[in-house]
Amino acid sequence: MSTTTKLDLASPASAKASSAKPRRGLRGSPTVNFWLFTGPFLIGLAIFVYTPILWSLWLSFFEARFTVTPDKFVGFDNYVYMLTNDDFVGSLGTFTAFAAFIVPTTWALSLGLALLVNRMRFMRAFFRSVFFLPTAVSYVAASLIWKMSIFSGVRFGLMNTVLGWFGIDNIAWLIDPNPPWYWLVIVTARLWLQSGFYMILFIAALQNIPDELYEAAAIDGAKPGWQTFRYITLPQLRATSTAVILLLLIAAYQAFDEFFNLLSKTTWGRPPLVELYYKALGESQDYGAGSAGALILTVLICAVTLLQGKIMGFGRGDESK
Amino acid sequence: MSASSNMNWDRRNVLRAAMGLAAAGGLAACGSNTGRGGGSGSGTNLVQMFHAYGEAGTEQAIKRYAKAYKDANVTTQWITSSDFESKLFSALLTKNAPDLFEFHPQIQMVKSGQVADLTDIIDPVKDDFNPADIKSHTVDGKIYGVRMIDDPQFFFYRKSMLEKAKVEVPTTLDELMEAAAKLTTGKVKGLYMGNDLHSVNDTLIWSAGAQHLTEKNEIAYHTDGVVEGLKKMRKLFTSGDLLLGAPTESWDPSSFNQGLCAIQFCGMWAMPAIQDALGDDWGVFPFPKVTDSGKPSVYNGGWSMFVNAKGKNVDAAKEYVKWLWIDKKDYQEDWATSYGFHIPPRASLAKTADKLKSGNAAEGVRLFNEFGHFDNIGWTQAMRTAFEDVFANSVRKNMDPEAALDKCDAAVNRELKKLFG
Repeated sequence: MSTTTKLDLASPASAKASSAKPRRGLRGSPTVNFWLFTGPFLIGLAIFVYTPILWSLWLSFFEARFTVTPDKFVGFDNYVYMLTNDDFVGSLGTFTAFAAFIVPTTWALSLGLALLVNRMRFMRAFFRSVFFLPTAVSYVAASLIWKMSIFSGVRFGLMNTVLGWFGIDNIAWLIDPNPPWYWLVIVTARLWLQSGFYMILFIAALQNIPDELYEAAAIDGAKPGWQTFRYITLPQLRATSTAVILLLLIAAYQAFDEFFNLLSKTTWGRPPLVELYYKALGESQDYGAGSAGALILTVLICAVTLLQGKIMGFGRGDESK
Repeated sequence: MSASSNMNWDRRNVLRAAMGLAAAGGLAACGSNTGRGGGSGSGTNLVQMFHAYGEAGTEQAIKRYAKAYKDANVTTQWITSSDFESKLFSALLTKNAPDLFEFHPQIQMVKSGQVADLTDIIDPVKDDFNPADIKSHTVDGKIYGVRMIDDPQFFFYRKSMLEKAKVEVPTTLDELMEAAAKLTTGKVKGLYMGNDLHSVNDTLIWSAGAQHLTEKNEIAYHTDGVVEGLKKMRKLFTSGDLLLGAPTESWDPSSFNQGLCAIQFCGMWAMPAIQDALGDDWGVFPFPKVTDSGKPSVYNGGWSMFVNAKGKNVDAAKEYVKWLWIDKKDYQEDWATSYGFHIPPRASLAKTADKLKSGNAAEGVRLFNEFGHFDNIGWTQAMRTAFEDVFANSVRKNMDPEAALDKCDAAVNRELKKLFG
């Protein structure tokens, strides 16, 4: 009976609802809600991402000097120019050398920091914050600190002061490419800025490893330390490691700020984005060549990323096994 | 009871209001930050773009002049020096481009229709301008900019340091290298020419007896003298007598004033700051001759005012340029001599500027007149960058100077072909 009563009570309400105007807005049509929430972002994406990419593609086939609305079609000339330009091709070599060093180094340092901080029983939050805080510093600010304070070429630069205690002459860290001390400056700046962020990712991954695995390993006679790390921790971090390496590689491709601010007006140590800026955009205003170079770089980044994902098995979904 | 207490702020209303505000904010943001004035006064709004000068008081001076103009509301964008070129060039492609801006005369800006013809406002006073300044702004008989200041650039030296080291003022590049060696001590380097050495690119060419381009706009810098000069610069760069990695670039006299070097390449604008720091213990000399057939040289840099030809208020902008940089001679003298020292391009002003009539300032004017070289309007920013790469490659990186110049030739010829066919 009670069930009937409930149905009786519910019936008029249902009839009332059906006779009312259709509800609009957030609880109405899922389609409306979908567009309401995703529409602004899609519009932003179209205006600020896809339109510039398509415009860039269009510009790359034109003689676009001092204008972004050119009328002289030049076919693939801009692509030929960029691909036969020693400096642009050389910048890809610079990037390769940079990525080959910075990706594994940042990976190892981040993982090392994560292992250390994760094991700490005292002031763990403090040390996490200390290592993470540089992530909030802008690359430009860090570059200026590195350039003017730590690696200044004069006698009162921090590094030169320390070297002076041992009777070593001042080093022009960023000015003289022989020997290439500038790599030390660039790499240390980027390590300082990035390692904390990836450390946090590794800490999260470390905390997801079940304790039972270590307990089982201990029962089976595995020695704590390297053996446990090699056969339990590292394999369990495979998914995170793959993601970290992928992110590091993309970040290396996008390197601009510290190179631009630390090595102004050089012909060396230019990653692709800096080379594009100097050779095609910036002061030269050759937007056609710049767009061609940017698209070549985009294709290259996509290819390398896909290849890396394929090799490292990113997205296979077997990491947790 | 207040009206607000009657409102029924349920979740939906709050959300609607928030979205409305976000949309309004977004729309407002699309049209904001143009740097334009509030639209008071005459109703015509002009925006002018300046690079940030190092001398104290310059920004306030430019804004003070603008405020005194009654026929338009003039707003100033003061851009950090190192970003100025790229910001200006990218801004000129947009609807928010400045109506007028300072820059150097470059032909690509004329050919691409970025700068307006100012012949009509300059013509009546053309004879009062330094002829070289007029020539450097002229294309096909039309004048495209009004010179505001001339900035001779040369070496500043500490008299006491040279006397102590028994060094005479160098008259050749070899003597300059020897002087740098003798003046270098444990704490002081003999010479500073900027960290990238690009400040002396142009003077090296002229002091080697060459030019950037011929009258027919062909390459003229690729000579044996320039190659010899580049080799000497390489020797100097590796000698250990050059200050490298200084916190400030050569346009700033701080390294010289703080005793980090005995000789520094800088501009005449730095004279008041150097006088304040060092009293009379300093002098100036031109970039010495590089080869026997060369001649000392001084780069006459400076800044000119241009009107954006694609702007909405071209005529109003031209009127302002005429008012400030042609009619208001008191402001021009103030601008040229009250902050840093610059030479007014107007002959009548240069003659009456008392601060330039004595001491090292007068010597600077003499070097300007005797050894000065002006910008070639055909030598564009892209060519300038290509020759900077010659210095980077051959002087700093030890590339063969001939190979570095060949590479530069390719870039410059590509540019020349695009500009002159």
